[in-house]
Amino acid sequence: METTTDVITFERVTKRFADGTVAVGDLTLNVAEGETVVLVGPSGCGKTTTLRMVNRMVEPTSGRITVAGRDVMTVDPPELRRGIGYVIQQIGLFPHRTTAQNIATVPQLLGWDAERTRARTEELIALVGLPPEVTDRYPHQLSGGQRQRVGVARALAADPPIMLMDEPFGAVDPIVRARLQDEFLALQARVRKSIIFVTHDIDEAIRMGDRIAIMSQGGVIEQFDTPAAILASPASDFVVDFLGAERGLKRLALIPVSEVKADPGPVVRPGDSADRAREVAASMGTDWVVVVDDDRHLRGWVHVEDLRGRVDDVAPRDFSLQVNATDSLRKALDAMVTSRTGVAVRVSEGGRYEGILTQDILSREIL
Amino acid sequence: MTGPAPLAQQSLLDWDWVTRNAGRITDALVQHVELTLLAVAIGFLIAAPLALAAVRWRRLYTPLLTFTGVLFSIPSLALFVLLLAFAGTGLGRTTSLIGLVIYTLLILFRNNVAGLDSVSADVKEAAEAMGYTRARRLLRVEAPLALPVIMAGIRIATVTTIGLVTITALIGQGGLGQLFLLGFRRTNNTPLVVGIVLSVLLAVAADLALVVLQRRLTPWSKEQA
Repeated sequence: METTTDVITFERVTKRFADGTVAVGDLTLNVAEGETVVLVGPSGCGKTTTLRMVNRMVEPTSGRITVAGRDVMTVDPPELRRGIGYVIQQIGLFPHRTTAQNIATVPQLLGWDAERTRARTEELIALVGLPPEVTDRYPHQLSGGQRQRVGVARALAADPPIMLMDEPFGAVDPIVRARLQDEFLALQARVRKSIIFVTHDIDEAIRMGDRIAIMSQGGVIEQFDTPAAILASPASDFVVDFLGAERGLKRLALIPVSEVKADPGPVVRPGDSADRAREVAASMGTDWVVVVDDDRHLRGWVHVEDLRGRVDDVAPRDFSLQVNATDSLRKALDAMVTSRTGVAVRVSEGGRYEGILTQDILSREIL
Repeated sequence: MTGPAPLAQQSLLDWDWVTRNAGRITDALVQHVELTLLAVAIGFLIAAPLALAAVRWRRLYTPLLTFTGVLFSIPSLALFVLLLAFAGTGLGRTTSLIGLVIYTLLILFRNNVAGLDSVSADVKEAAEAMGYTRARRLLRVEAPLALPVIMAGIRIATVTTIGLVTITALIGQGGLGQLFLLGFRRTNNTPLVVGIVLSVLLAVAADLALVVLQRRLTPWSKEQA
């Protein structure tokens, strides 16, 4: 399991509490460099305990945990923790310190000079998308979303290679949460930290994780794989239950349009005759055609019944939803069910027609 | 008729007496302030480590609270008489201070513990996870955040002590309390009134000063937003 690029490893780690309960049982797990591993499971499954063992907030009963190749039990806890970013749901900002002072916490503990700390603080405020005027505000003067961003900036301050995140977006409303998730994905694409991310929300796990460890009671890993692989072939009934309804839709959400081959579709030119259009439609088994002009720009679609004379005698109707290569198949499905044609039309960024997606294509992809 | 008139028949304040005794009044006030400051400061120096110990080892809390509570409940007159008889420190400042300090302990201990307890678990967890050592976390995170509750204890202890200092007049100290004794012995209203007015003013001024100090020390607190 262990490779040279693994930044965090758990080898047969068990945590038994003083009262005898086993929070984590014989757990083996690895986090590769730059990877986000999400621990997901019902409350009490040991995911938070697992996370907290990485920085020795909880100490394992047996087994071995390494961070950057070092056994954590051989490292002085404060030193270990200064090299690991930590974000929790309640954020835990210091109420008596301003935004800048909160962010500067670890740099100060590490003894950075004032100038370096100030420059880094400014950089982070911009990086997490905070307006500069919050710099000297106290936490109680910030909104929930701003506090959360300060929490992330504080965790990133000393540029630790590793981040531990425990339900980091749990305390904000769903709209802000979705925005913070997007922002965090964009941020992670730039900073490439090795992250352990804990959540009880399977949708968040699918969204945030490069790999997901689905855990059940007693800290047992039921399945540890990429979101797509878990959705495609759940390893147990527990996983199936946990994934919940709409598994097919969740899978579609993970697959980009560029992954599937589009059909050419019943394409006609504006100058084609109605008869030609009827022929094309018949050959494709549709009662409508896509109108595409000479430089491949999408004009719309028309019902063949409406056609007399030439195609451009009738004003084409718009496809209200169009998809491009980077959209998900879930969006393509949405386009299908909201169009009278029953298909999703794929266009390039510049609006050039690239083909159509049908429900058959989607089904083939996920069956 | 010789001798002073009964108290009830005198005017409340004889300004002439006040002018003649200005030096004595000032000395009494200064002594009052000194005794109060020393008592609260020494009390805090004793209560703070006790509170730290009680926060670290929870089992100590109830016994310490009970002990300081019992001390607090001893009638003050009796305590000073007992100290005079048994402390061996005589009719002096030390004996007064011992008594006064004893009365500050309950309030300061209880508020110091409550202050440290008032720091949210999330903040403590975050501090631990950022890599604070225990001592540094106490100094830089927990103590500043506990300050409002600790300061509330210091305010109550200060005002209480300002009242109690007058009792120590019985063992030769007393600050403004000396004026009470004087007025009582001479059957003269004026020292009584001066003593009462000044000790009330002193208590109010000390409380205000502490409020101002607290605001200076906690610019982050929500009430000031």
